[in-house]
Amino acid sequence: MAAAMPLALLVLLLLGRRGWCLAEPPRDSLREELVITPLPSGDVAATFQFRTRWDSELQREGDTDHYFLRYAVLPREVVCTENLTPWKKLLPCSSKAGLSVLLKADRLFHTSYHSQAVHIRPVCRNARCTSISWELRQTLSVVFDAFITGQGKKDWSLFRMFSRTLTEPCPLASESRVYVDITNYNQDNETLEVNPPPTTTYQDVILGTRKIYAIYDLLDTAMINNSRNLNIQLKWKRPPENEAPPVPFLHAQRYVSGYGLQKGELSTLLYNTHPYRAFPVLLLDTVPWYLRLYVHTLTITSKGKENKPSYIHYQPAQDRLQPHLLEMLIQLPANSVTKVSIQFERALLKWTEYTPDPNHGFYVSPSVLSALVPSVVAAKPVDWEESPLFNSLFPVSDGSNYFVRLYTEPLLVNLPTPDFSMPYNVICLTCTVVAVCYGSFYNLLTRTFHIEEPRTGGLAKRLANLIRRARGVPPL
Amino acid sequence: MGLLSDPVRRRALARLVLRLNAPLWALPVAWLERTMRSVGLEVYTQSFSRKLPFPDETHERYMVSGTNVYGILRAPRAASTESLVLTVPCGSDSTNSQAVGLLLALAAHFRGQIYWAKDIIFLVTEHDLLGTEAWLEAYHDVNVTGMQSSPLQGRAGAIQAAVALELSSDVVTSLDVAVEGLNGQLPNLDLLNLFQTFCQKGGLLCTLQGKLQPQDWTSLDGPLQGLQTLLLMVLRQASGRPHGSHGLFLRYRVEALTLRGINSFRQYKYDLVAVGKALEGMFRKLNHLLERLHQSFFLYLLPALSRFVSIGLYMPAAGFLLLVLGLKALELWMQLHEAEVGVEEPGGAPGPSVPLPPSQGVGLASLVAPLLISQAMGLALYVLPVLGQHVATQHFPVAEAEAVVLTLLAIYAAGLALPHNTHRVVSTQAPDRGWMALKLVALIYLALQLGCIALTNFSLGFLLATTMVPAAALAKPHGPRTLYAALLVLTSPAATLLGSLFLWRELQEAPLSLAEGWQLFLAALAQGVLEHHTYGALLFPLLSLGLYPCWLLFWNVLFWK
Repeated sequence: MAAAMPLALLVLLLLGRRGWCLAEPPRDSLREELVITPLPSGDVAATFQFRTRWDSELQREGDTDHYFLRYAVLPREVVCTENLTPWKKLLPCSSKAGLSVLLKADRLFHTSYHSQAVHIRPVCRNARCTSISWELRQTLSVVFDAFITGQGKKDWSLFRMFSRTLTEPCPLASESRVYVDITNYNQDNETLEVNPPPTTTYQDVILGTRKIYAIYDLLDTAMINNSRNLNIQLKWKRPPENEAPPVPFLHAQRYVSGYGLQKGELSTLLYNTHPYRAFPVLLLDTVPWYLRLYVHTLTITSKGKENKPSYIHYQPAQDRLQPHLLEMLIQLPANSVTKVSIQFERALLKWTEYTPDPNHGFYVSPSVLSALVPSVVAAKPVDWEESPLFNSLFPVSDGSNYFVRLYTEPLLVNLPTPDFSMPYNVICLTCTVVAVCYGSFYNLLTRTFHIEEPRTGGLAKRLANLIRRARGVPPL
Repeated sequence: MGLLSDPVRRRALARLVLRLNAPLWALPVAWLERTMRSVGLEVYTQSFSRKLPFPDETHERYMVSGTNVYGILRAPRAASTESLVLTVPCGSDSTNSQAVGLLLALAAHFRGQIYWAKDIIFLVTEHDLLGTEAWLEAYHDVNVTGMQSSPLQGRAGAIQAAVALELSSDVVTSLDVAVEGLNGQLPNLDLLNLFQTFCQKGGLLCTLQGKLQPQDWTSLDGPLQGLQTLLLMVLRQASGRPHGSHGLFLRYRVEALTLRGINSFRQYKYDLVAVGKALEGMFRKLNHLLERLHQSFFLYLLPALSRFVSIGLYMPAAGFLLLVLGLKALELWMQLHEAEVGVEEPGGAPGPSVPLPPSQGVGLASLVAPLLISQAMGLALYVLPVLGQHVATQHFPVAEAEAVVLTLLAIYAAGLALPHNTHRVVSTQAPDRGWMALKLVALIYLALQLGCIALTNFSLGFLLATTMVPAAALAKPHGPRTLYAALLVLTSPAATLLGSLFLWRELQEAPLSLAEGWQLFLAALAQGVLEHHTYGALLFPLLSLGLYPCWLLFWNVLFWK
């Protein structure tokens, strides 16, 4: 739950042949929304989404060349307030009005999960895609830990979560809404209560299950005017039992196995918990060059049998230039665990290539899983422009599948590290001193010194010198 | 540090302790799972089973199957790349239930804090070390010892450090710290220093090897007591057994130590709050670490908690001992060379040197047989006892464990009788050259082995060097042979083990009678074999495949005719 995803900011969604949308979007539009989902564990997940679009003078040029497609990951990113400040400045209303009022750093970084993203992509303005708009989408997801923050209580309100309430919509926003997941609320066993009672609700199929959301529209003047501010409250009527949370259909785990500093094995476990449907998964792995992969040891087993991937793309690493790239399409049988493992050898780095904290270990970026997960409830394809923004987080391809992209945890691998301690420092220092001393001494010893004579005396002196040279006497 | 400062938590802890004090013969897995989950951890279980090579009589187990329970406290906003472990090994009885209670209380307290940067794994293992071994192997997805276990469902990245906790009684008057791990591996000294710092801070009474810390180093008593502690540590480290479940972590490069709460019947006693505070402090410090512990020493000997002997100081001692072997070998080499020249000179004048090639050939041939035979004896010593236990139990009225130990002793003793008759097969013209060549080979072999052992497990290397080197250097077929033979027998590996046991109990101020010592010796033999098979301890193969054959070579030299 608390695994913070690394900020993979470089999400470059390139356009395919067909445009993304058909209707012409309004200029400089801002849509913002906040989705609050109470989790069965008592924790609360809050997801902010802000989408801005603006027209650009750039014309779209033909097809995209995949040669220019780049993928990069920074596996280690310490989550801190420095991430939030520049991110907030991209918002049209900054943090002055609208939903962004709630973005208070000391509360957002008091959570158990934090994920922040920026997506930029070109969007077609018409059907033939002759001109494009740019879309900037910013998302922020946090999970508030009921255990730590709530001091044991599991009831929530906006004020308790963010220590702010909503007072006014952002004047620039064309849409500003808060969605609260009240799926349990409408069922017979009333466990959850929302205050103020919602005026409208929204139904949709998210991640394969039917969900009901209460909508609070900030542009609706009645919503704010009643009490000058909007403080949505969640109350658990019957506190949820401490039971294992429901398991998603697709989840994964990654670890390094083996011990010692010579060899090791990267293992990825892919769980398909769907009771009767098998589905394919695209697994993308980038492994740094200093883990030398032995590709012949790549084994994929599910249910004790070998599982042959239908597609493998492998690009070997080049030392100090590019990492290994391994891409596979694997069919996951229903209700199974698939283990993908590959052995590696740890390389010795050059002494300048070690980081300042070499004994911390070296990070290996997470693998990326992309899959069309079969859904239990049939969903109808929706119009992207009309439906809420969060809908596009898990887009439904057709009625029975939804798209999921998962990142596994990054790994920390120890490489054979020399002892960068006192003797090492002494050696370095001595070498430097010797080099400096030797250099200057060598310079002094081998250089020849000439004293430049002032040019005095004219023709007479030259003549005298000529005569002296003829006589074999040193010149003047 | 507000651990257990509020009455609710203290009462909860008391309830847990009461609940756990009820006699239980298996780990209450479901209850532990429920409790850990209610505390707010991610809980997983792991079942394992292991059939030991022969019944373990000291722990009364043979077919072992059990379940480990562990809960992971996920650090907020971190990516689960690093973790710390607090482990409580539970035996078949409820001796360690106090520690389980403390673990749960600590978990509840830790869960409410926001400063964690590393995940913390709270691990309760069944069948003490076997459970720990099963969990560690599953966590690192390796199978070293043939353990059968279910794969782990939850992991938390690379384990940075681990603390094992054992509270053997309700009343804790002192905390004993154990550092010696499998095959004599030691954790980084900084971990021990950390523990010592928190002991001093919390005013806890800490002991090392069950000995109080000497206060006064100026008088004679302090250093003497330090020497006792040091000797105890050397003996413990030389045994190569994991002294506590921390010992198994060291193989995976996880710095770990075991804390034992002991009732040593002193007047001041501590409640669990004091122990918990020390643990909390240690975990907070470890949580702040950026890198693995690597700055301080990995190779050290401890005369006291606050003092250590570093490798630079103790290694020369072993080096000088091994130098004896080297010099002796050099002397023999020169003697052999002189003999060669001496043979050559009188016969050299009349014609081509006839006697030289045959004498050389015979010298080599006479070496092959004893070398092969002694190695074969070593192999038999290593393989036969476990392999032949069923045959032995069928033909003799003994149990399996007894059969293994007795076979071991029988083969060991048979080795003394066997090889010294072999060289009669090949008669030599120059008998002196034969034993000299054999002794030369044996000396170099011994020096190499002891050197390697001293580098990995100094205590074992040093102990074996002090006992074996004098006898090895003296052994020759002339002179007071019975004296040499007695000396050689007294310094054979088995006799060293027996002697160490007596010394060990003497230093612990619980001297053994002869009969007790013999019983303990037999038990230690069985444990040694068992630990090799269950945890991968290397002492048994080292002695049976390496040092025993080498020692037989000297025996052979002594009885050369």
